[in-house]
Amino acid sequence: MDRLTINNIHKHYEDAPLLTGVNLSIQSGEILCLLGRSGSGKSTLLRIIAGLERAEQGDVIWNDQNLEGVPAHLRHFGMMFQDYALFPHRNVAENVAFGLEMQSISPNEVTTLVSEALTKVNMAGFARRSIAELSGGEQQRVALARALAAKPRLLMLDEPLAALDRSLRLELQKELSDHLHEAGIPVLYVTHDQEEAIALGDCMAILSEGKIVQCGKPRQIFETPANRLVAEFLGMKNFLQGRVVSIEPAEVSTLLGNYKVDRIGHDVTPDSSVTLVISTENCSKIDNQSAQNAIQGRVITCDFRRDGFLITMVTAADSTFEFLIKEEVQIGSLITVHIPPESIRVLNE
Amino acid sequence: MTNRLKQKNPQGIVKHLLWLIPLGFLAVFFFLPLGRILQVMISREGIVSTSVILKTLGFTLFQAGLSTLLTVLLGMPAAYLFSHFRFPGKRILRLLVTLPFILPTVVVAAGFNALLGSRGWLNLLMVNLFDLAAPPITFLNTLGAILAAHVFYNTSIFIRIVGTAWSELDVDVGEAGAMLGASPVQVLFKVTLPLLKPSILASGLLVFLFDFTSFAVILLLGGPTFATLETEIYTQALSMLNLRMAGILSVIQLGCTLLIMVTYSRYNARRSPALKPGKGISPVRPEGNPRLFFVTLSVFFLVLFFLTPLLSLIIRSFISYESTSGISQFSIRNYVGLFTNLRQSYFYVPPVQAALNSFGFAGFTAVMSLLLGVSMAYAQTGLPMIKKWIDGLIMLPLGTSAVILGLGFLITFNRPPFDPGSFPWLIPIAHTLIAFPFVLRSVSPVLQAIPRNLKDAATVLGANSWQVWWQVEAPIVSRAALVGGLYAFAISLGEFGATSFLTRPTLPTLPVAIYRYLALPGDLNYGQAMAMATLLLLLCALSMAIIERIPLPGRKDY
Repeated sequence: MDRLTINNIHKHYEDAPLLTGVNLSIQSGEILCLLGRSGSGKSTLLRIIAGLERAEQGDVIWNDQNLEGVPAHLRHFGMMFQDYALFPHRNVAENVAFGLEMQSISPNEVTTLVSEALTKVNMAGFARRSIAELSGGEQQRVALARALAAKPRLLMLDEPLAALDRSLRLELQKELSDHLHEAGIPVLYVTHDQEEAIALGDCMAILSEGKIVQCGKPRQIFETPANRLVAEFLGMKNFLQGRVVSIEPAEVSTLLGNYKVDRIGHDVTPDSSVTLVISTENCSKIDNQSAQNAIQGRVITCDFRRDGFLITMVTAADSTFEFLIKEEVQIGSLITVHIPPESIRVLNE
Repeated sequence: MTNRLKQKNPQGIVKHLLWLIPLGFLAVFFFLPLGRILQVMISREGIVSTSVILKTLGFTLFQAGLSTLLTVLLGMPAAYLFSHFRFPGKRILRLLVTLPFILPTVVVAAGFNALLGSRGWLNLLMVNLFDLAAPPITFLNTLGAILAAHVFYNTSIFIRIVGTAWSELDVDVGEAGAMLGASPVQVLFKVTLPLLKPSILASGLLVFLFDFTSFAVILLLGGPTFATLETEIYTQALSMLNLRMAGILSVIQLGCTLLIMVTYSRYNARRSPALKPGKGISPVRPEGNPRLFFVTLSVFFLVLFFLTPLLSLIIRSFISYESTSGISQFSIRNYVGLFTNLRQSYFYVPPVQAALNSFGFAGFTAVMSLLLGVSMAYAQTGLPMIKKWIDGLIMLPLGTSAVILGLGFLITFNRPPFDPGSFPWLIPIAHTLIAFPFVLRSVSPVLQAIPRNLKDAATVLGANSWQVWWQVEAPIVSRAALVGGLYAFAISLGEFGATSFLTRPTLPTLPVAIYRYLALPGDLNYGQAMAMATLLLLLCALSMAIIERIPLPGRKDY
């Protein structure tokens, strides 16, 4: 079982801190999706692991070996670049053969391995094609074949689907997942697309403000975001500050009233400050203005969606909320929306 | 069909007619003289020596090959330096290494002469310091002098082409190689150099072409010992009056240059194998001892190699030397002498008059080149189907050596009122043939890059076709035309090959005057040659500085 460990990586970009103590660990057979906004330092972290850039502080450790000073070409790590970085002066087969040639494998064996690699990604008939003749999806397959044919100890993928259109991206996601799992090596997959991370990753790590702010199974992260930053990054809206009234039954008091919630984490005590994240979905418009677990506000937008109407409303306390409700409402009307306790998550502050 | 065309696009007819201007010009001033050379070669009597032809061709190929090899050897590290590193003074150094591209060959020759010639300041210094009887450095009239000047002259082209290609290489591609296990050396040989190969070959061939057709450098620095096809044509035509032999040599020369140009075009077309514009290389500050050492050493060598001859020229122009007394001192005597007729001779033309002649010819060349180049650029937009063929036709004069043009003019326009003696405008007409492709190359891409919807937007906003041209096209094209015009002006200022055939004693240009003064004995003549070369250098540097400051769409820095 191989393991890559990253300890306390620091790096500046143009005199501003980019990575400020990144810690991460990944083992064989695991696909770790590194999620972060553009410019958060995801690609820089990959380049540091690859040995293409040096960290100012911190260690990259493969099993027990510290890779400090080991050049990129001797790390035996594979990398798939965002724009694939296929060699334009070599055809498809020659591209795939490159890594094998670097390992001084005999030409006959190279031919066999290239053929196998191309067959695996359904590109067997494209061996003699020029790279310029390939579509985006075909280039992606060749880049994957090239990266995997060299049998790397670890594979890193830097937003490999970002250059493709949505339908092709969805089509290739499954294919990519199968190939990556089949390889059985640790895989570090960088993306800014949460849907892609959920679909592909065994684990997810969220990089924000230079640090890994949360790492875990995708479901676990979505159900219990570590803080408001993570929740916002995962696309959650409707935040409400509050104070814990009681743990059992779980209840939180806010400016808009008291709310019963499904559960409160065990590290929270009564009277501690928390943030409620209210799901946009599973809420309904009600007529009873004094009902519990409800928010009252004036509708400022109402847009049709496939599953109902997405409304934005402003409360008396001047906070804005978004809900998906079944029926259309008048803009400017005052409405009450009921929120079931299971639609409220509690974030510890 | 014609009616339909008229109704559909009345400007199309004008565009077709625009072809007539450059084609007519080429027919009279290029193809006719070329035909005359062929005719003379066949019909005239004269001694034809196969051994002279073979020896001359052999030496031409040898010196061009060796010069190209040395240029590549110096150009590769320099291209790497400019494309990969940031360092203080980079912009100035880049201007310095680019400057020779536009410098007249006589200035380069004078620069090396001023540095290492028998009357150059290094020899003067050593003679004075060590009280020597004769100059200790023998540089002029050696193969080394030819090679040094060629490398000096052409490295800028190599750096420009290969440096730009190198800086545009997708960094990810090299890094992908490293990630697949290739060491830096393997990345260089298996990824970088194969990707740069078309650029290296294209620029190498261009350099070879320039070395092959070099004239003034061989004449001024090689001396009578070395003869290339160019200098031999000159000698056979003007000294031995053997026009048949000159014609034969011209045809051989033309055949060789055409072959080189065709090969160059093939490699040039393959210069961009990259799939899409990659990230390109961002130059970084050199970090770590090996890189710092490389950058420091390269900058030092480039400054030494490119600055010393030019600086020597300027310094030497301010040194007044008396060989009889052996005294040398700083003075402006050489410059003052440019304005006075010291010899009191009727036929003597003061250097300042030569400068005025040069300005007049250069202005005429710029106007003519703009007329031909811009009309051709517009005509090209109307006939994209035959653009490729006409493009080749237009570029022919560029591949034809100036000496052949001069010879062609000399034997074609040999009767008054159109002979060189009575019609001095033949000189700028010859210059126009050399310079107008530069205008075309400058204007055509800009014209073709103007988005169609820009003109459409002006039209729907109520502009008629003239207003569209005046308000939209003209402001965009005018900058490119200005660049082309300045190139034409600078080319004409420094042109020597064709001019040396067509000039008459009373109407010299600056380069011709420099050549004459360098060949004359006497310290003041030498000093005045240096002063004139310095003025020419400054004029060309000024043109270059203006060209560099004019922003053009698509111009990329390396």
